[in-house]
Amino acid sequence: MSAALLSQLLNGLQYGLLLFLIASGLTLVFGVLGIINLAHGSLFMIGAYIVFFVVSKVGSLWIAIPVAVICGLALGALLERFLFRHFYDREHLDQVLLTFALILIFEEVRSLLVGNDFHSVPVPAILDFSVPITGTFSYAAYRLFVIAMCLVVAAVLFYWIERTKMGAIIRAAAEKPEIVDILGIDARRIHLVVFAVGAALAVMAGGLAAPLTSVYPNMGSGLLIISFVVVVVGGLGSVSGAFWAALLIGLIDTLGKAYGSSLVSLPLGQVLAALASMSVYIVMVAILLFRPTGLFGRRA
Amino acid sequence: MSSSHMLPQSWIGWCALAVGALVLAILPFYVPSYYVGLTTVAMIAAMLALSVHLLVGGAGMVSLCHGAFYGVGAYTVFFLSPEGSPQPTWLTLPAAMLVSGLCALVVGALSIRTKGFFFLMVTLAFGQMLFTVLHDTKLGGGTDGAYLAKPILSLFGYTFDPMSLPRSQRSFPAYYVALGQLVVTYLALAFLLRSLFGRVLHGIKLNEHRMEALGYNTGLYKLGAFTIAGVFAGAAGHMWSLQSGFVNPELLAWHKSAEALLMILLGGINSLAGAIIGAFAFTALGEVALSLTDRKLLVQGLVVLLAVIVLRHGIAGIRLRDPRRWLQSIRSSGKWPNLTVRKPVQEARQND
Repeated sequence: MSAALLSQLLNGLQYGLLLFLIASGLTLVFGVLGIINLAHGSLFMIGAYIVFFVVSKVGSLWIAIPVAVICGLALGALLERFLFRHFYDREHLDQVLLTFALILIFEEVRSLLVGNDFHSVPVPAILDFSVPITGTFSYAAYRLFVIAMCLVVAAVLFYWIERTKMGAIIRAAAEKPEIVDILGIDARRIHLVVFAVGAALAVMAGGLAAPLTSVYPNMGSGLLIISFVVVVVGGLGSVSGAFWAALLIGLIDTLGKAYGSSLVSLPLGQVLAALASMSVYIVMVAILLFRPTGLFGRRA
Repeated sequence: MSSSHMLPQSWIGWCALAVGALVLAILPFYVPSYYVGLTTVAMIAAMLALSVHLLVGGAGMVSLCHGAFYGVGAYTVFFLSPEGSPQPTWLTLPAAMLVSGLCALVVGALSIRTKGFFFLMVTLAFGQMLFTVLHDTKLGGGTDGAYLAKPILSLFGYTFDPMSLPRSQRSFPAYYVALGQLVVTYLALAFLLRSLFGRVLHGIKLNEHRMEALGYNTGLYKLGAFTIAGVFAGAAGHMWSLQSGFVNPELLAWHKSAEALLMILLGGINSLAGAIIGAFAFTALGEVALSLTDRKLLVQGLVVLLAVIVLRHGIAGIRLRDPRRWLQSIRSSGKWPNLTVRKPVQEARQND
C-alpha cells in the first residue's frame, strides 16, 4: 500500500470518527426527543471557538477541551430547558425554522464576540511530532490522538446507552415514550440529559478539530449536511448505525476529495470530478433505493 | 362551489389581493428607483415562497431542496447565454422551467420514498449535492459565480430594450415582468389547489394512509406536486437572473429554502397569499434591520425566533377581533409538554 493512500485512509478514519461525534448527537436527539436540530453544526463551530479562546488565554489544549465539553453540556441543557422543550409537539417546519433562526443568531453572536477572521490553534507541544508507521511514512501524532479520543468517546457512549440503567431508559424512551411516562420515570430529565450530551458531543468534536483545521466562521455548516447523510445512511436513532455509517462516509468523502481532482486529466474528467465530489450523496441515494430505513434502521 | 382552505374564503379576501396587485402596479411611479429594485427582489422571493407553499401548505411536505431548483433555474440562463450573447426570454424562461422541473422530477422520485424527518434530510442532502456540483467544479464559474447576459424581453420579433428608457425608469421592465409573473404564479397555484389535484394533496396532508385506502396513488400526486413546485421555483430563478444578471452557488444553498420556509411561516402557513405577505415582510425586515444596525442576520434571527414561538399562524393568521388567541398562544408556549405521543414519533411509527 502506498504511503499516500495509507495517509488518506487514516485521514478518512479520523474524519469519519469526528463525523460520528456529531451524527450520534443528531441521531440521539431525534430518536429520543423527536427534534430536528439544524443548529447542531453551529455547536461544532462554538466548540472550536471556545477551544480557540481558552487556548489563547491559558495556552493549554488539555484545559480547553474539558472547558468546551462543560460549556457544551451547559449550553445544551439551557437550550433544551428554554427552547426545545416547547417544540416537541410542534410541526417539523417549526423545528426547522427554530433551529435555522438559532444558526443565524449563533453566527452573528460569534461574529460580534470574536469577529470574522480565521484563527489557528496550535497543536500541543507534547503531540507535535510524527509517528513513523512504515519505513517511509509517518503520521501526525495529534491526528492519531484524535482517532484515539473519538474511539474512547464512542466506547463510553456505547457503554452508557447499552449497559447502564439510564441508557436502558433512554432506549425505552426512544422506542415507547408513553410507557416510560407510565412507569413514573421523569421523561423531562431524560430529555434534558440526552440533549445536553448530544450538544456536548458536537462541541467536543469542534474542540478536537480546532488544531487540525483552522477556526473560521460557518465551519459547522458543511459538516452538518454530511452528518445528516450519515444519519440517513446509518438509520435513524441508531448509534451503532451512525458509527459505521460515519466511518463509511468519512472514508468515501476523503478519498473522493483526494483523488477527484486528479481525474480531471482523464477523458470525461470534468464529469468524473463532479461525480467524485458527489460521491457521498451517491452512496446515500443507493442506500435510499435499496434500504430506505438505512443500514442499521429497523426494517419497514 | 367550494373553495380550497388555502385560498381566500370570501370575496373580501380576493378584493384585498386585487387591491394589493393594483398598489404594486402603480408603486414605481411614486417611489425612488431603489425601492423599485427592492420590491422586485421581494416579488421574486414571493414567487419562490409561493412555489414551496404548494408543497408545505398544499401537501404538508417540507422540502429543503427547493432553493436548489431556484438556483438551477438561474443557472440555466447562464448556461444558455454566458456573458455577451443574450437570449430572448421566450427561450430562456421555458428552458429554466424545464431544467428545474426535470431536476425536481429526479430528486422527487427518490425522496418521496421517505417521509417526515427522513424527507427533510434527504431533500437537504440533494440540494447540497446540486450546490456542491456548481460550487466545487468549474462548470458554472465555480465558487465566485459568474455574470450572465440578461435575457432580452422580446416577443413576436418586437424587442424591448430597457436602455431606451430614461435613467430613472430602467428598473421598470424587470419590475413589471416580475409583477406579471407573480400574479400568474399565484393564480396558477390557486387554480391547482382548487382542482381535484389540490384536494387530493390536501387529503394527503391530513392523512396519507386514508388517501391510499381510497385508491389514490399518493406517491404520484406527491411527485407531481414536487415537480410542479420545482418548475415554478425555476421560473422564479429565471426572474432572478433577469433582474440581477449574476449567478453564484449561494442561490442553490439550503439557506435559500429555509428562507422561503421562513417567509411562509411569517406570512401565514394556512393561506397561499401568506407566502407573498411573508416575502414582503421578510424583505422589509431585512431592510429595516440594515438601516438600524449592521447585524442584519441577528435581527432576522431574533424576529424569526419570536415568530416561531408566538406567531403560530403568521401575519395572515392575525385576527384583530380576538386578541385572546395571542394570549393563549403565549400561554401555551410556556406549558410543560404533555405526555401524549409526540408527533414525529407517531409519524415514525406509522412509517414502520
